[in-house]
Amino acid sequence: MMSPRDLAINDMTMREAARAASGARVDLLLIAEMVKPGSRVLDVGSGDGELLELLATTRGCDARGIELSREGVNAGVARGLAIIQGDADIDLADYPDDSFDYVILSQTIQATRRPKWVLDQMLRVGRHAIVSFPNFGFWRMRMDLLLNGRMPSTDNLPYSWHDTPNIHFCTIRDFVALVEEIDARIDHAAALNGNGTPVRFNLPWAVWNLLGEQAVFLLSRKG
Amino acid sequence: MMSESDTVIPESGAQASANSPRGEDTAARREADHPHSAVVTFGADKPLRLDAGGVLTPFQIAYQTYGTPNAARSNAILLCHALSGDQHVANAHPVTGKPGWWETLVGPGKPIDTDRFFVICSNVLGGCLGTTGPSSMNPATGQPYGLDLPVVTIRDMVRAQSMLIDHLGIEKLLAVVGGSMGGMQVLQWAASYPERVFAAMPLATAARHSAQNIAFHEVGRQAVMADPDWRGGRYLAEDTAPRRGLSVARMAAHITYMSDSSLHRKFGRRLQDRDGHTFSFDADFQVESYLRHQGEAFVDRFDANSYLYVTRAMDYFDLAADYGGVLANAFKGTKTRFCLVSFTSDWLFPTQDSRAVVHALNAAGASVSFAEVETDKGHDAFLLEEPELFAITRGFLDAAARTVGVA
Repeated sequence: MMSPRDLAINDMTMREAARAASGARVDLLLIAEMVKPGSRVLDVGSGDGELLELLATTRGCDARGIELSREGVNAGVARGLAIIQGDADIDLADYPDDSFDYVILSQTIQATRRPKWVLDQMLRVGRHAIVSFPNFGFWRMRMDLLLNGRMPSTDNLPYSWHDTPNIHFCTIRDFVALVEEIDARIDHAAALNGNGTPVRFNLPWAVWNLLGEQAVFLLSRKG
Repeated sequence: MMSESDTVIPESGAQASANSPRGEDTAARREADHPHSAVVTFGADKPLRLDAGGVLTPFQIAYQTYGTPNAARSNAILLCHALSGDQHVANAHPVTGKPGWWETLVGPGKPIDTDRFFVICSNVLGGCLGTTGPSSMNPATGQPYGLDLPVVTIRDMVRAQSMLIDHLGIEKLLAVVGGSMGGMQVLQWAASYPERVFAAMPLATAARHSAQNIAFHEVGRQAVMADPDWRGGRYLAEDTAPRRGLSVARMAAHITYMSDSSLHRKFGRRLQDRDGHTFSFDADFQVESYLRHQGEAFVDRFDANSYLYVTRAMDYFDLAADYGGVLANAFKGTKTRFCLVSFTSDWLFPTQDSRAVVHALNAAGASVSFAEVETDKGHDAFLLEEPELFAITRGFLDAAARTVGVA
């Protein structure tokens, strides 16, 4: 298995954290930083369009979204964003190959029914995929389960186990294993600690897996 | 407020008379050749090529405009009306006196803001409010066309509209917006004239008319043609009208514009001005009285042959068929941005029809928004008070105007 040290990681500095204080979510800023200005982007699970707006205004992107919830779509379209009401588990199949430079899945992979299929489709439809997700290997999750013996719930993941859209949790190491299984390449990775600040050093996955509350990966097709 | 299915409940529960005097008919008849609208006539130098073969010449288009064009003529929005609509979008109707059919959405400060945009709506080809249709005078005979008018298609309607847009000196429309049959025209516009449409908003519509919808239309047409007063389509020349037939057609169609739950909410099993069943075939139930009223009111403002022609145009609509059976090919390379809206309780043009268009647009790489609005109002929802539709329309058109640089 690769380690973050094998990657040319452009270590996320406090700069992004500082910008996060200006309003936008840190993970969204991290994602926006990974996107080349002026590119074509599809955001899968775009909510009410916060990331789409960020990409359009700060990176000059042609940014489009798919969102499952009717409220999210309607709010986003009313803001003038190109969002369609649809289901990542089904609708990605309709997009032609290479129709986007980046396909983004932000805090959504754990809510898909077929994460592997979705990831495959993302790398078919886009030349790059960017995936951010809550790391179930985060130490507080582990402590919760170890000490309380209850399914963990955090500020980011407030749902109870029986009433949650999140059906496919994974850890950073699980995700890296999936990336290897679909034969994709990790171009870039970042982890955010419990304070929402990026983990600064290139440490082995095992350490990120413990310290990272969230992770962001930039993937590409091999070859 | 008027809608494709008029929602006014009649105050009198009396049976609608099938033999009302012809006075109102005359007002409607006059609109066919001399409408209360601007009219442009295209002479022999500008014939209209028809899908059925041959050309129509001369012909005229009646239209309404609201607002003013800006210096760059970049703020024009074309609205396309539905089957039983007309060009009177935001002014009192010349025959019924009722408010325009889209005054909820169109007007000063409204989502389709006539203070900002130059809004155009024309009566469709085959209609009866001033654009050439079967009730118009055939210059070759001096009599109304009747069935001598060739059958027209959605594409013919749009081709005629493009001639009007040329006439108005507009190269590119900021947006084309319409619901139901109007949405079909929007899709046809985007396919036929992509370079002339910056933004397209097809609402509650489909890229092809379904078998079920063709079936409903056939019921309506058979009701008209079964009326002895239809006279093989020559009723105007014989100074009569198939009022009963057209009224029944409208009643049947009206049901398809609503939903089971909206009918239940509005009427339930409530009785109309009576305490019990009369054990007769009177309109005991409110819903019966309502439908009879709808049928009657429609006959006063709509021509029966127009109903045949316009329903037929919808039946023939199958956009993919013109592009090798692949809908995405209709939008290949399009730069137009799209926004589709469907309604959860619309069973005439259900969400899956809009979704099929969205899939084709995705496959064509088009910029597309799609929202489904939750409502129990059925197909008619696009004409009614739906705040989410208003917010979406405003947001989509604002973004388009911003991009084009319309103040």
